Amino acid sequence: MADYKIGPGYVHGYEVSPKDKNNTKRAYKDLGVTFCGIPMKNPIVAASGTFGNGPEYADYLDLSHEVGAISIKGLTPKGRPGNAGTRVAETPSGMLNCIGLENPGAEAFVETVLPTLASYDVPLFANVSAGTVDEFGYMAETLSVPGIAAIEVNISCPNVKNEGLAFGVDAKVAAQVAAEVRKRTTLPVIMKLSPNVTNIVEIAKAVVDAGADALSLINTLLGMAIDIRTKRPILGNLYGGLSGPAIKPVALRMVHQVARAVDVPIIGMGGIMTGTDAVEFMMAGADIVSVGTATVVDPRAIGRIAEEMHEYCEKEKIEHVSDITDTLQV
Amino acid sequence: MSGYVELGRVVENEQIGSDVWCMVVYAPKQAKEAKVGQFCDVRVAMGTMPLLRRPISYAGFNAQEGTITLLYRVVGKGTELMTQLSVDDTIDCLGPLGNGFTIPKRVLLVGGGVGIAPMVCASNHLPEGTKATVLLGFRNKEEAFWADLFKQDKVDVHITTDDGSLGTKGFPTAVLPSLCANTKFDSILVCGPTPMMKGVAQVAHELGLSCQVSLENRMGCGTGGCLGCAVDGQDGRRYKVCMDGPVFDSEEVGF
Repeated sequence: MADYKIGPGYVHGYEVSPKDKNNTKRAYKDLGVTFCGIPMKNPIVAASGTFGNGPEYADYLDLSHEVGAISIKGLTPKGRPGNAGTRVAETPSGMLNCIGLENPGAEAFVETVLPTLASYDVPLFANVSAGTVDEFGYMAETLSVPGIAAIEVNISCPNVKNEGLAFGVDAKVAAQVAAEVRKRTTLPVIMKLSPNVTNIVEIAKAVVDAGADALSLINTLLGMAIDIRTKRPILGNLYGGLSGPAIKPVALRMVHQVARAVDVPIIGMGGIMTGTDAVEFMMAGADIVSVGTATVVDPRAIGRIAEEMHEYCEKEKIEHVSDITDTLQV
Repeated sequence: MSGYVELGRVVENEQIGSDVWCMVVYAPKQAKEAKVGQFCDVRVAMGTMPLLRRPISYAGFNAQEGTITLLYRVVGKGTELMTQLSVDDTIDCLGPLGNGFTIPKRVLLVGGGVGIAPMVCASNHLPEGTKATVLLGFRNKEEAFWADLFKQDKVDVHITTDDGSLGTKGFPTAVLPSLCANTKFDSILVCGPTPMMKGVAQVAHELGLSCQVSLENRMGCGTGGCLGCAVDGQDGRRYKVCMDGPVFDSEEVGF
């Protein structure tokens, strides 16, 4: 394909074809990291809800070498069919989604899905949601099984005992969830913070004080899209979560603020499409990063971004990718 | 199934109707493996606007030439950008995706609007020694260019128009019963606007005929990762249009 005219934005090496098993990439030495005691081949987590359960991408990426970790599609105590109607909408440099946590339920996942992931040498984070603080505890307990490396707690979901207000918007409630999950598992507890708050630093501090081992930020920003022709919202659920490059500046700012305020490792995410984006998040204070919407656009995104991070390290003579964390000069 | 990410080379990109264009892309891996009814997820621009890929059914593929053919209607910024691509430009094509049609010996192909594209594909990839009957639904005679894409001896084309300016006045469902009375079909393949597909599926149901519908839901990734294109199954399950479809037995899903 060398004779093809390559348009702007194309990254050399991107034309790697999936399914060609001889394209198997080696993990880069300078990208290997340890996060909460979990060894990872690179600092990129496949974000929950954008990577299926993982095997969907086995033809596009070498899951055992090109992906740092996989955060499983959000699980709930009982299986959920997800929302009816239109679930995704494209917006300027972003996308809205209201999937509605479609999943088989925690127990069914452990019994039927988890065994299918055993053949891949990649850490799995169980991303969990629940309707009450106690249910979060149940989730942590149920998912604390061999094969799961950490529990990532989604506190952007509605609290059924508090008029459906998200757990993550109230520092006290968020801390209760963190404490309950911490009590009921020995695995690392990663709290995934909602950006739909007035003061994310306050929430971050509260959950760390309650025992969170790490933070993941940011989740999607609540948004909406309208079709003026039909005079109706595009999403079946009216509102949805905005992700993609559109939210990157907000995410970077929040990662930077939180990294200054807490002492636990941070997974930075929000619109990372390239290695440059990932490096920015690490400079802002993230220890590792997570890639979601980029995978929706390009199933090979995580492998490509890892490669670009490696190229950056080589070019800048950075011995190890972790050395980038917190190097922002203000 | 999963596809290939290919940086295709544009071989041809021409307007064939008022708002419909035909793009031929050199994408040899897809050209070799594609099946009728599968689709290609096209990344129109390498920047972030538009961000998502556009799912487009194959209107053709040629393994020898290594090319795929995409017929697309200009509906927004993404498809508008596609019209600006010239011969030898690069376009990122992910495919073949989805399951595809099962084409029996005696088949009726029904298409409306840009949903005619996969029917063009089907008419060119019929099982050996098979003839097909094609039923196209247009708004008016301005859309007659679609019929020209079926000019070959193995197919018998019937046309309906909403305003009666060409063929029979009405929707395809108006002539469906008589077509089915004259020929015994093993299956009807249909793609087009939802009301049309519903109507055809209903007639097929009444006649006890198998009917395969190709759904065109909004899609996120096309690769089964985001669950953005879910459709309700009659069995109470949710299916992914991108991987479980886009072709479904009409009795299988509520659409």
